[in-house]
Amino acid sequence: MSILIRKDTPFIVQGITGREAVNLTRENLDYGAKIIGGVTPGRAGRDIYGVPVFDCVRDVVEKVGQPEGSVISVPPKFTVDAMIEALENDIKLIVVVTENIPRGEVAQAVELANLRGARIIGPNCLGIISPDEAKMGGVGGPAANTRQAYTKGPIGIMSRSGGMTTEIASTLTAAGMGQSTCVSIGGDAIVGTSYAELMPLFEADPETKAIAIYSEPGGRMEAELAEWVKEHNSRLPIVAFMAGRFMDEMKGMRFGHAGTIVEGKEDTTAEKIDRMEAAGISVAERIEEIPALLKKRLEEKGN
Amino acid sequence: MAGMFIDVQVDDAVAQDRDLSKKLVDVCAVDIFAQSEDGALQIVDKNLDECVLCDLCIQAAPDGKVRVIKLYES
Amino acid sequence: MRFYEYESKALFAKHSLPMGERAVVKTKEEARAAAEKIGGPVVVKSQVLSGGRMKAGAVQFADTPDEAAEKFEHVLPIVVNGEKARSILIESKSKLVQEYFVSVTWDGRRKLPVLLFSDMGGIDIEEVAESHPEHLSRTHFSTFLPLTPRLAKEAVGKTGVTGNDLNRLTPIVFELAKLFLEYDLTLAEINPIGKLENGRFIVLDGHVDMEAEARGKHAGLLKELGIGDDETRQARPPTPFELEGARLNAVDHRGVAGNVVEFDGDLGLIIGAGGGSLTLFDAVRNHGGKPANYCEIGGNPSVGKVCNLTKLILSKPGVQKIAVMMNVVSNTRVDMVARGVIKGCIEAGKDPGEVITIFRIPGSWEEEGFKILAKHGVEFCDRSVSMYEAAGRAVAKLKAS
Repeated sequence: MSILIRKDTPFIVQGITGREAVNLTRENLDYGAKIIGGVTPGRAGRDIYGVPVFDCVRDVVEKVGQPEGSVISVPPKFTVDAMIEALENDIKLIVVVTENIPRGEVAQAVELANLRGARIIGPNCLGIISPDEAKMGGVGGPAANTRQAYTKGPIGIMSRSGGMTTEIASTLTAAGMGQSTCVSIGGDAIVGTSYAELMPLFEADPETKAIAIYSEPGGRMEAELAEWVKEHNSRLPIVAFMAGRFMDEMKGMRFGHAGTIVEGKEDTTAEKIDRMEAAGISVAERIEEIPALLKKRLEEKGN
Repeated sequence: MAGMFIDVQVDDAVAQDRDLSKKLVDVCAVDIFAQSEDGALQIVDKNLDECVLCDLCIQAAPDGKVRVIKLYES
Repeated sequence: MRFYEYESKALFAKHSLPMGERAVVKTKEEARAAAEKIGGPVVVKSQVLSGGRMKAGAVQFADTPDEAAEKFEHVLPIVVNGEKARSILIESKSKLVQEYFVSVTWDGRRKLPVLLFSDMGGIDIEEVAESHPEHLSRTHFSTFLPLTPRLAKEAVGKTGVTGNDLNRLTPIVFELAKLFLEYDLTLAEINPIGKLENGRFIVLDGHVDMEAEARGKHAGLLKELGIGDDETRQARPPTPFELEGARLNAVDHRGVAGNVVEFDGDLGLIIGAGGGSLTLFDAVRNHGGKPANYCEIGGNPSVGKVCNLTKLILSKPGVQKIAVMMNVVSNTRVDMVARGVIKGCIEAGKDPGEVITIFRIPGSWEEEGFKILAKHGVEFCDRSVSMYEAAGRAVAKLKAS
């Protein structure tokens, strides 16, 4: 089992003829993904590694069938339109790779997704991977590199950084701990799905036994996670790594992702660490401490 | 002059073939090839190190006529 | 990206929000002339981006044009949180009977804009939230349903305001919510809105932040307000080193080798990507290292771009050595980064094996990258060496040299 995607999840790639999209299409196909079509307006009739290209999502639905998911990799100014197009064609899982989208546009798409009972992951993310099943998005890179870093197992990963998703998975793999599903949730101030919103899915997945998260300054997402864990008395031990501690001394400067600017007290790493620890989340000082902390927490649970 | 990491060698026969030269210019994503006004092939030295080793130029020409050399392997 | 008060007010003026007569001045003579034209008592306000100017004495009052000129000279040199005044705003001073607070911002949890309103304006709003929560209303609103004054009426009404006050405040509050969405703002705030003796309302101080990502979309407005493309409006102005980093990053569109931030240490950093850079910067500092810069590489930058970034960092006075480190990479290629940094060192007249303390970038195309590094005598490691350990090696090597 896994969350969000399985081996046979049919999905499409919007913007499939772009440089990055061509890459991720090949990488996903090599990893075993079921990509049933691609969309780039005006490019209907082509194919990318055997995936037929259409002008619009509606054509994919009519000519190939209903996709469950879509990966969106189009320039920023077309992204909100692509998200709405996917939602209005009844696609329920949308991974948005594009970065530099104003948050008002993200909020619009998220509001519509809520009305349509759909989920958006990202923007500014590398997507989702359920090791040995499928991946949706650029996470892990070429299939061979992906297999080197990701292995199947009991740990779920949620990360605000795409690259650090792979770093953590690679560290877990080296320690003999595989992963159930890893989600790069995106580095922006407003993302479609937060840690706390993914928790019920992991909670319901029998294969997932513990969670590792990568976290950074900015926003209230860690506070939300801490509250969720306390309120729901979660069965899953969580180990978090917090990057960007140096930023606490540099209010108002922007480093890293768009979501990291430290504006108030609750945004700082110190405040986030306090909140998470108070909720029973272990906070690692270094990435390499994550496997041992997870093992310790799992043993305490009798696993 | 070769790049610091990559050199591309093209047989004279290929370099004089206008159609093949055009094909090489088209396939290279990092503009290593160019054509002079008379259609002869030119190597753009400053772009050699941008080569992504995609092999598309090697595949576009007859066997062995275009060679991409990794200078760090010699 | 933060606006100065005078820019916020210029934006408000476009939307006909009621404000006192005002002028932006840069000399004592202009200050006197402005006060004379306005007539009556004025406020003399330093134009800085950071808060706390009242506390710093950078807001003064004057009853006559001569006094305004005097106060101008007093306020101009005051440094607020390390920031010098860009200009001085002279504005008519109004007699108020009550102050109100209104602010529109994003609620990242609900993923919706939220309108905050209070009938206890002019003071710290955190304090109102804590001790008088019934005087602060929070009203979320949709980003795509029609935005109508109903929203503002409810927000104002929830704090107990009624009668003419409700009807006069509603359009001001509504206009602010409209501006917020129209210009992709991350904050639109008026504190305070003042009620005058005649029962009318007036905007006294405004605060606007625009999303950096939306700058292109609103280029026309920014030009109209006189905000230049090179104004980053971060907590401090960019240094020439940082501006050069941004220029080099913009030279070609292939990947990113930028977001360079200058520090005063001796270890140059070529690190990436977003999350990896934050992790590595912490690691270097934990080992007692002193970074000369922060930066981010990602998205598979061209060899030329990495080469230029390397040269820029090596050109910084005090930089002895550099460390090249990233998390396990997916789309950025190890071999391309290796080529770029080695080329940068050589073009800067340095020996890559000497100047690069450690190269820790595992992942995509690492076999090819490691061959290049070995050929040039650069110390490298694979993923079995953690980011933290790699940072430690870099710091130790610099200290030993």
